[in-house]
Amino acid sequence: MEKRIGIEASIAIAEAVGLCDADVVAAYPITPQTHIVEHLSEMVADGHLDAAFVPVESEHSAMSVCCGTSAAGARTFTATSSQGLALMHEILYIASALRLPIVMSVANRAISGPINIWNDHSDVMVERDVGWVQIFCENGQEAVDLTIWAFRLAEDPRVSLPIMVNFDGFIVSHMVEPLFMPDREMVKAFLPPFKPLQRLDIDNPISMGPVGIPDIFTEAKQVQQHLLTQAYQPIVETLGEFAKVFKRQYKPVETYRGDDADVLLLTMGAIGETAMTAVDQRRAKGDKVGLVRLRLWRPFPFEDLFRALGRIPVLGVIDRCISFGGPVGPVACEVKGALYGRKDHPLVVEFVAGLGGRDVTVTDFDKMFDALFEAKRSGKVPAPVLVGLRE
Amino acid sequence: MAYQNARPKWTELAVGTAVTCPGSSRATKTGDWRSARPVWTNEHCVKCGVCVIFCPEGCIQFQADGYPTADLDYCKGCGICPHECPTGCIRMQDEVE
Ligand code: SF4
Ligand code: SF4
Repeated sequence: MEKRIGIEASIAIAEAVGLCDADVVAAYPITPQTHIVEHLSEMVADGHLDAAFVPVESEHSAMSVCCGTSAAGARTFTATSSQGLALMHEILYIASALRLPIVMSVANRAISGPINIWNDHSDVMVERDVGWVQIFCENGQEAVDLTIWAFRLAEDPRVSLPIMVNFDGFIVSHMVEPLFMPDREMVKAFLPPFKPLQRLDIDNPISMGPVGIPDIFTEAKQVQQHLLTQAYQPIVETLGEFAKVFKRQYKPVETYRGDDADVLLLTMGAIGETAMTAVDQRRAKGDKVGLVRLRLWRPFPFEDLFRALGRIPVLGVIDRCISFGGPVGPVACEVKGALYGRKDHPLVVEFVAGLGGRDVTVTDFDKMFDALFEAKRSGKVPAPVLVGLRE
Repeated sequence: MAYQNARPKWTELAVGTAVTCPGSSRATKTGDWRSARPVWTNEHCVKCGVCVIFCPEGCIQFQADGYPTADLDYCKGCGICPHECPTGCIRMQDEVE
C-alpha cells in the first residue's frame, strides 16, 4: 500500500532510489540537488541502503564512476544540476555510446554568469544531443514516480540507455508536498533485477569503449540514433506498466483543456501547473485557451505533439533558456522544426520566461494568451518575447 | 569481435561497439603508423631493461642473447626508448620505402 505523506521532493527522490535498490550512488553535491545526495549518503551510512556511496571530487568524476560501475553491472544512480551537469558533459556521450543504463536526477538550474543558483532550463538544454533519454517532471510526485520508472526503462534490454529525469530546481526539488510514497513490494513488482546486456567480467573479458575509426563511427552513431528513436515504444509501454502497478498514468505529451481551444501554449516542467490555473481563469472568462505539456524531450515525441496540436491555428511555446544569436528558444526551434512542411501548421509565437529563477505568474500567462489571440487576429507572428523584461 | 568484419553494417556492430573477444590488440598490427624505427648498437648496452619498461607499446623484449629489440609489428616509432636509454645505444632511423 502507498502512504500519502508530506515530504520534500528531494528526500522523496532519494527514498525512491533506495526503493529501487541502487547498487552505486556516485555524486557530487550542488545546489539545488544537494538534499538528494545528502539523504542518499545518510541512507547508506545508516545501513538503510545496501549500496556503495562514492563521494567523488567533481561531477566529471561522478559520471566517470557511474560509467565504470554501470559497465560492471551495478544499478547506478547520480544526481546533478547546472554547472555540475556542464562538468559531466563529455562523459555523458560516453555513457550513451556504451549503452550504460545510468539514472540521473537533474534539478534544473541556470548556468552562470552572472552567478545564479536558481531555476531555469539552460543547464539541460545544452545537453540535448548527448544521446540520453530525457524527461521533464512537473511536481514531486512525478519526480518520484519517474525516478522509479527511469530504472525500468533504462534497463529495458531494448533500450539499455542512460536517462535524465529533469525537474525544476527549488520549485520542485525543495517543495514539501503531500505525495504517495510507493512501497517496496510495489516497486519490486514493477522493477525486475538489473540484467545488463553485457558487463565487465574477468571470466569473460570484453573491452568497452574502444576506438571507433572513421570506417566505424558513422555506423556507431546510426545505432545510437536508431536506439533512442526506437526507445519511444518501450517508453510508452513501461509508462503503461507503471500505471498498472501505481495507478498513475504519465504520457509523453499531456494536454489540458486543449480540445476546443482557439490558442494553445506549450510548457515544460513545473510552470505547467501555474499555467493550468491561468487556463482555468481565462476559460472562466470565456476565452478558449488550452495547454500542451511536453514531458518527453528525447526521444522527441513527434506524433504525440501533432495529435495534441490538432489543427490549432496559433501555438505559443515557452522556453526557459535562450539560444543566443540563434533561433532564441531551443524548444520553440525544435517544435517549429517538427512542424516544417506539415499542412496547416500553426503560427508559432516564442516566449522566453522564468530565467534564472524569475517567477512566472498567472498574470504573465495572461499576457502570453493575449499575445496569442493578437497573433490569431492579425495573422502575424511577433518577435520572440522575453516575458517580464524591464524596458 | 567487433571488427572481425572490417566493414560491418550498422546492424552488425557489437553492443556499445565493445570488443567482445580478447586479443584484438595483437591481431591488429599497428607498426605501419611508424615513420622511424629504433635501431640498437649492442656494444654499449648494459641490459638494464629501461627501454623494455618505458616502451608504451610494451613491444621491446630481451632476445635469447640477452639484448633487447623491438617487435616492429607494433613499434610506433615514438622515440621514447632512445630518449630513456642511459647508455645512448638506441637511435631512431627514418623509415624509407
Ligand atoms: S635501455 Fe639501453 S642499455 Fe638499457 S637495456 Fe635498453 S638498450 Fe640496453
Ligand atoms: S620507438 Fe617507441 S614504440 Fe618503438 S620500441 Fe621504442 S619506445 Fe617502443
